[in-house]
Amino acid sequence: MKQLLTSLLAMAALLISPSYAQSLFPSVPKALGEPHPEGNEYWRINHPALLAHDRDLVVLEGIRDVDASLTGCVVCHAVNGPDQAPVQSPVSADSPDNSCRVCHEYVAVKIGCFTCHASVPAMEDVARILPEYSNSDEGWRAYLEDLSNLQRVSQ
Amino acid sequence: MTNPSKKPKGAEISRRDILKSGAALATLTLAPGVTLMAFGGKASASEDMPADGLKPGARWGLLIDAGKCPEDCSACVAACSTEQGWENNGLDTDPQWIRKVTLKETATGRTNSLPVMCQHCENPPCVDVCPTGASFKREDGIVLVNRHTCIGCRYCMMACPFKARSFVAAPVTGQKSYSPRGVGTVEGCNLCVHKIDRGDGTTACVEACTATGNNAMMFGDLNDPQSEIAIAVATYASQELRADLGLGLGVRYQNI
Repeated sequence: MKQLLTSLLAMAALLISPSYAQSLFPSVPKALGEPHPEGNEYWRINHPALLAHDRDLVVLEGIRDVDASLTGCVVCHAVNGPDQAPVQSPVSADSPDNSCRVCHEYVAVKIGCFTCHASVPAMEDVARILPEYSNSDEGWRAYLEDLSNLQRVSQ
Repeated sequence: MTNPSKKPKGAEISRRDILKSGAALATLTLAPGVTLMAFGGKASASEDMPADGLKPGARWGLLIDAGKCPEDCSACVAACSTEQGWENNGLDTDPQWIRKVTLKETATGRTNSLPVMCQHCENPPCVDVCPTGASFKREDGIVLVNRHTCIGCRYCMMACPFKARSFVAAPVTGQKSYSPRGVGTVEGCNLCVHKIDRGDGTTACVEACTATGNNAMMFGDLNDPQSEIAIAVATYASQELRADLGLGLGVRYQNI
């Protein structure tokens, strides 16, 4: 009985303590670029259908300028790896810090995309999707730096 | 990045959106209780469709002059590997996007070296046998694998007379963003479809061949009578590999 009471008290403490209460939910990293005009809630719910629709436009009809592109996800939602100054690079989907994995692991949904698709942004894709970064080492460095600053904001 | 004016998105066009879109609606009562409804006028799909896409009526192809292809040169193979992000490691399971083949005429002993890749058939056997429709021919004649629907059964590999398809047997990392490839699916030459859609008007292998100075390869639209390749095939003798199969190949060879 005494044991049960202790564990109940411990559980209550977990629930009341704000730091523990936050950690029950995935801490979604912030992203670069313009926010989605439809809102985050819309994209959280609809991204599988939007991606599946637009991938068929790309593969079957050769329409490359689509709204929902996986490369777009990877570029804006990249997360930098642990500080290994001076070199930092965005993590791949092998890392639990990957922004797709943060949520997908929480809801226990397997991501099939990265078996075939690149999960790490490439310099030319960054420059194409986020024109504020030039397609050069300089632009790439600025991109990595902004990614690191974002991470600090979210933590 | 996203343009709110483009809504509603194709993935979630509902009956309500179609009714709201102002598409002309024709209703015809065929019999009591049987009604035929037809949508016409401004179709909402074409309004939302981005302007780019494949070139309608095109027939992309290659013309390869085996007479200009030295046996010791494999610049096209190396360029394909770099562009598409695959590697050969000497195994039976190696990718077969493009490879150098040496032909020998047994009667005379004359040898010939030429690159062989997917021949982008007009009537592709790989498309005929694919149980899921993953192996398909784009409207501009490029034969591709839609890896989203490929189940890795490898029927297309059996059906291809040119052994131009290969199976990805081990997990892959470091893919190019424009050329996804992964374990459990079949792959083959995609005629640098990302470059064609971008409007580069060439492929990695042709670029590399031109850079070596051999100029053995030419890329272009066979259906455009003004294009260099159409003029070349109309002027000089060229042939298809295994023309007896009547597959209507997009890749033609000279001096075999």
